[in-house]
Order: sequence, then C-alpha cells, then structure tokens
Amino acid sequence: MKTETKFNISRRHFLVSTLGAGAGLTLGVYLSGCSNDKDKAPLNTSSHQPQTLFEPNAFVRIRPDNSVTVVIKHLEMGQGTYTGLATLVAEELDAAWDQIKVESAPANAKLYSNLFWGAQGTGGSSAIANSYMQMRQAGATARAMLVAAAAKRWNVKPAEVHVSAGKLSHASGKSASFGELAEAAAKEPIPAEVPVKDPKDFHLIGQTLPRKDTPDKVHAKAIYTQDIKLPAMLTALVLHPPRFGARLQSVDDSEAKKIPGVQHVVMIPTGVAVVATDFWTAKRGRDALKPQWDESQALRKSSEQIREDYRQLAEKPGTVAVNNGDTTATFKHAAKTISAEYDFPFLAHATMEPMNCVVQLQPNQCELWYGAQIQTMDQMALAKLLNLTPEQIKINTLYAGGSFGRRANPQSDYVLEAANIAKALNLNTPIKLLWTREDDMRAGFYRPLYYHQIKAGLDKTGMPVAWQHRIVGQSILAGTGFESAMVKNGVDATSVEGASNLPYHIANLHVDLHSPTLPVPVQWWRSVGSTHNAYVVETFIDQLASTAKQDPVAYRRALLKDHPRHLAVLNLAAEKAGWDNKPLGKDRGRGIAVHESFNTFVAQVAEVTLHADKTFSVDRVVIAVDCGVAVNPDVIRAQMEGGMGYGLSAALSGKISLRDGQVEQSNFHDYPVLRMPQMPTSVEVYIVPSAEPPTGVGEPGTPVIAPALANAIANATGKRYYALPLPTAV
Amino acid sequence: MITLTINGTAHPLDIDPATPLLWALRDTVGLTGTKFGCGIAQCGACTVHLDGNAIRSCITPVSAAQGKAITTIEGVNTPVAQAVQIAWTQLDVVQCGYCQSGQMMSAIDLLNKNKQPSDDQIDTAMAGNICRCNTYVRIRAAIKAAARALA
Repeated sequence: MKTETKFNISRRHFLVSTLGAGAGLTLGVYLSGCSNDKDKAPLNTSSHQPQTLFEPNAFVRIRPDNSVTVVIKHLEMGQGTYTGLATLVAEELDAAWDQIKVESAPANAKLYSNLFWGAQGTGGSSAIANSYMQMRQAGATARAMLVAAAAKRWNVKPAEVHVSAGKLSHASGKSASFGELAEAAAKEPIPAEVPVKDPKDFHLIGQTLPRKDTPDKVHAKAIYTQDIKLPAMLTALVLHPPRFGARLQSVDDSEAKKIPGVQHVVMIPTGVAVVATDFWTAKRGRDALKPQWDESQALRKSSEQIREDYRQLAEKPGTVAVNNGDTTATFKHAAKTISAEYDFPFLAHATMEPMNCVVQLQPNQCELWYGAQIQTMDQMALAKLLNLTPEQIKINTLYAGGSFGRRANPQSDYVLEAANIAKALNLNTPIKLLWTREDDMRAGFYRPLYYHQIKAGLDKTGMPVAWQHRIVGQSILAGTGFESAMVKNGVDATSVEGASNLPYHIANLHVDLHSPTLPVPVQWWRSVGSTHNAYVVETFIDQLASTAKQDPVAYRRALLKDHPRHLAVLNLAAEKAGWDNKPLGKDRGRGIAVHESFNTFVAQVAEVTLHADKTFSVDRVVIAVDCGVAVNPDVIRAQMEGGMGYGLSAALSGKISLRDGQVEQSNFHDYPVLRMPQMPTSVEVYIVPSAEPPTGVGEPGTPVIAPALANAIANATGKRYYALPLPTAV
Repeated sequence: MITLTINGTAHPLDIDPATPLLWALRDTVGLTGTKFGCGIAQCGACTVHLDGNAIRSCITPVSAAQGKAITTIEGVNTPVAQAVQIAWTQLDVVQCGYCQSGQMMSAIDLLNKNKQPSDDQIDTAMAGNICRCNTYVRIRAAIKAAARALA
C-alpha cells in the first residue's frame, strides 16, 4: 500500500542531501550502533565512575553495580521515549526492568542519528519506528558478550548459558549478575552480527512497564531547561517587535539600567535583550525599555484579510499534488455535485514550559542546556552563527515541558536567540534565555492558517466518483533544511499529507496546492498537515454519506476495501462504541473519523450531548489504534488519550488571530486550552494486535477528534461546520 | 529583608517585596519544583500551599507570604501528599511532567478539604490547572485512587 509508507521514507536522509557534506559533520547511519569508534560519545570520565564499565556500543553501559544504562538518542517531551527505547534494549538483553536506567545522549549525529533522517532529531512520530532494530541489536550484542564471558568463566558452551531478568545461569547451578560479569564481558570481542528475538519470545515488549521518567517527575526532581542553575548564570528576557517584519530602530534603556540587578541591555537581531541576575529583575528591566520600532516592512493584515487573499488565490488552479483519472470530465456526468470551503486559523503550540535555552559561549566552544529536538540542525545553525564547527557545539538535552513540534524548530529560532545574546555580550558566563507566556504566544511559528475548497461528484447510488481538493496555506518547509527532501515539484508534503494520499477509493482524484508567503513564521504542530486535511476529508466524506442517506461507517467501509488497516481500526472503534446499536437518543449524537498519519492508523468515535443553552459537551471518545507492534500498551494509551485531548483543545477553542498585523492573543485567558471539565468523562483506547513493525503514537491521535466531534454534532443537530474552532453554541 | 518560611525552614531574603513568590522560590531559594507557566494565575503550574491553602505563587508577592507557612512540592510529606504521589506513580499520570507539581499541589489541597470528592468536585477543583499533554483522565483517576487509599 503505497500511501502507508510515505512519510518517514520521505524524511529519510533529508539533511544528508541538503546540509550534509559541506557542513563538516559526518551524517552516516549506524545501523547497529555497535561501533568501536573512538569518538563514541558520552563516556563520563569523572573520577568517581567505576573503571570497569562494560560499554559494548553507544547505547548500553553495564556497571559492576549491576545497573544498565540505556543512552536515549531522542528527546523525552512526554511521549514516553525514555521508556519505549529502554524497553527495546532490555528485551534483547534479558535485563530486569528495575536495573535499567536511562540517560540522554549528547549531540552526535554520527552515533545518535534518527535513522529515518540521517541527522539527530526527534519528530514525525519516528522514535520507536526508526530505533526498533537498532536498539534491539544494541541489547542483543551486549547480551551475547555477557554470555560469552559467562561461558568462558564457567567453561561451558555459550548456548548453555541462560539469561533471564538480569541474571546469567547454567544448569550446573552457576549464576552471575550482569554486574559481576561486566568487566569480563568488556574484554570480549564485539560480535559482528547478533540475531534478535523472534517476537513470540518477547517478555517485555508488549507489557505495560512503568515509565522511567515517572519517579523524577512525581517527586519534582526532573530538570527542565527552566530549572538549570549554573555558577554566575544570568537570566535574559527579550523584547520582541510588536509585528512580524518590524525591526528595532533604537531603544532608550536608561530606566532599565537603573534597576539594581540589570546588568546588560543588548540589541540582537530579534529585539532587545535585558540580562539580569534573575527573572523578575530582567522582567522589570524589560518593562522599563522604551523602544522605537521600524514597522515599514511589517505585516499589517488581519486574519480575515489573509483568508480573503487565500480565497481569491483559490480561484486559480494550484500546483498539482495528485491527479488520478479525469476529474473535470467526471464532474460533467456526476449525478450530484457537492462542494464546500473550509477555514483553519493559525495555532500556537502553547507548551506548558515556554521556550527557553541556556547557553555558555567560551573560546572555541559553545555549550547548551535545553530540550533540544533536532540537535544536528541546531548544531549547524549555531556553528554558522558563532563561527565554530558543529562538533564545538555541545548540547545537553534536557526534559522538555512539552513540544508538540515547537522545539523542533527548523530555523532554530529560540536557540539562535539565546546564542545571539551570548555572542553580543561576549562573556564566558552562562545565559538563560526565558520567554514569558506572552513571548511564547506572540513569537509566531504557528500552525499555518489554511483555506480549503473541496468538491465531490456522486454517482446515482451516492458513491463518490470524482474528488477535487484545493489547499491554500504557507509552506512550513520552504527555506528550511527539510525543503529539498520534502518539497517536491513545488508541493510541500506537509501541506497535503492526509489529502493527496486519500485512502478512499475514488477513481478520479485531483488535489492541488497554493503556498503563498507571509512574514508570519510557521511550523509543524502535532500531526502537521493532518491537523487540517483530516478535518476536511473526514467531515466531507461524512457529509457525502448523509447526502447518500447511508450510514457513515458503512459508506467508509465500501470505499476502504483496499486499505485493511484503516478498515480494521474503523471497525474496531465502531464495534467498541456500539455504533450499530440504537441511536443515543434526544440531544445526543455520535460521530466517527478514521485517519492515518505517520503510518499509524487511528479511528475515533465521539459522543456529544447538547445542552439547553445550545452548548455541548463531549462525553465519550472511543479510540482504536494500529501502530504495529505495541511496545508499551500503556504509553500508547496515554498518547492516544493526550493526543486526542490536544486535538480536542484546538477543535473547541484553538485560534491565533491577527488584527492590523498584531497577534490578538497573549496568554491562556484569551487563548483558552482544554481544561479538566472539558475532557470527556470516558476515553477508551483499543489497540489492534499486530506483528507489523512499530510506528509512532505521539501525533496520530490528534487529528482524528475534530472531525469525529463535528460529525457527532452533525448527527445531533443536522448542522455541519466548515471552520475550526467550532462555535461554543451549535 | 523579607523572611519566608518554606517547608518549615526560615529563609531571610534580600529581595523586592513585590517579587512574586514563584520567583523567590525558584531563583532566590533554588526550589525549582514549582513551575512557571503563565505568570497570571491562569495555568496552575506554580501552585503552592500558603498556610495550608493552594495559591498561585506567580501572582502572590513575597510580602503577602511573609509570616505564613509556605509548602512546596519539595516539602509535602503528609499522608494525603504521599497517597497522591503514590497514585500518580502507579497510574503513570505524567507525560512531559512540567505541570504535574502544580496538579499534585491542587489535588493535595482538594483531598485535605474533601476526603471523598465527587467527579464534579474533582473537575471543579482542578479546573485551574492546565495540562497541555492532556493527562486529565489519569489525574482524575489518580485523585480517586488516592482518596480510596486514604479512606
């Protein structure tokens, strides 16, 4: 099924082709990670470390104290990657889960690349998918060396050594812990190839193991960027321009500098930085600045004007993303034609931890502490700014207080801002750049505003025979390191994903795209193109079903015959929700949607209740997911619950709007997000058993809820909604 | 000089009396478990207890906290707090974890005042705490589990 392998493949090697060779980094892919390479990274050489460390590869370290440390190459931002990747190693190592510790990998593209990308980074729901064999092989190699050491010590055959729950044993009664054999195993040759387990022998993969980050996070010991404290560290806040495209002309900082504790005020490309002893002093200093902005090049449009520009643009054909059959001819003979236009606003990610970054610039080195998400790109951008080599950029990747795409900024925006302050000051002192909520919400890098037009031709039986879909919105990838790999023939893959790979069998399909430019910075937002395309496709197909007077599930089934994995989640969600049972009753409604993103298939059924004041509540959401092998079912459930909630938040209230070029929202009072009373009382997650290679779960739960909800409202009221967020009263 | 009593220890601090308690805790005293999320009492990430009541430390000036008992996530140790932390652990509530100190401080405050809260009472009491990972289903379940454990 060609549509089901598209995304990760297309991201593969993006940096190799675009940024690679000239930048001085080797972006090789280490399939096994089992190299003896001298620059194998993160060996902690401080004196208290035991000397007899067994480190068979870049991912596994076994110490005489019997601890196994798994080095995690991906950012832990809540999605559970510390737990998932550690599970893969522990499985093949036959370790006990309790003895497994995790540690964040340093920035080193040679050792710690995302194998789908050829660069170190986390995104596209790819952590488990790209690491599945690599981490298992890392564990299996370590196990083989422990077994070899035990066999030698006991003078038995390796095949006779049994390994279970962190213990090696032999029928003779001999046994040893991993720790006891660590020193001897370190002297064994690293085997070239080690087989991994048959999935039927898995005893950790597929189990609900407790998350590795839970204890620190429950007991306030987890360290986020916000929490870093270094000797002599100063805190910086930046005053940004009031409009996109405006620049600083001059600033009167005399009042700011009078505040005790304000140490520096410096102009940087993105505004004026106030550098002080602490946050509150820096904030008072920033509030006292009197800037003059040059707004001659600034955007002065409103969201409504942008939308009208887009609508006019949509009158002309766009760049073709897919063209099957002959839509134009088919529409002429269609028994019925239905059309609609859709609107989607800019969206902020609004992570709980606003963007921040700690940087210490020293001669010939720059060290950073933050929730780094695309380490290789950040290294390259920083190296260029600071006239260093990427290897001289040392990144300590910390826990991120959420990201949803934001920290994977292809332009390294907040990271470069922090480095620009350090560069302007030219001190050896660590600088902590902090954004307030208002800074974060108004800094741009939004999910783009989109406008869609869609038209379907139905035959006499009500089935679609032609489908024409036009999308208008900024390209996320134009001008970034991802462009050459993911913008093909003028079509940004992230603008059309979920639309151009329509799973429904419609012989005549035409999808095209306009990618206008605007000075509003845009970026991927959890599930990217699917955030808008899934809404259009799944509400429109629902409308076609009701036009045809057919059941929405049956209608989809008929069109998904060639897509068994879509079909399976659709059927599972419908069954668990009791779809075929009698209607829910007065003032209640039920809606369904199914969508694939990042090679993971999700269907959701939403149930709503209408209230006397025309408001509504979402009572129940049933989720079916097929993500291949379920490495940790509870983490999958958590991502489905949370991903759905994130999408529900945007569906109910997510909107960044511009007026006279200014962002109207600033904080959670005017950019409302989902709170506990709005979370459905019942959220059920069902996982399709599968032996397919695992795919990601961070994003695919997000785009499905908005169309499922809108379809539920249509079911209850007969009204369809063509814009998000939905109105509060229906 | 302002003296704050934090987790039972007196801290004399040389800071502006208008400084929000949040920043005194984080930047001056060095207790970083209490988080900054919004600065305007909209998200609850900064929730601490003042004389046993949950407050938003981002809008509470240190002058208003002087002479009162301040408890942060680092200092909670009552049976209720322990039950909450155990329930949070057993249900693997956390995702990114950034809001969870505030969530637990609000949950402890709720259970201190209402031993067996109803579903609606839980939703109402927790409505001021935002979780962008949307762990709400598990927070609800953890509060109920903690209440059961304490019963």
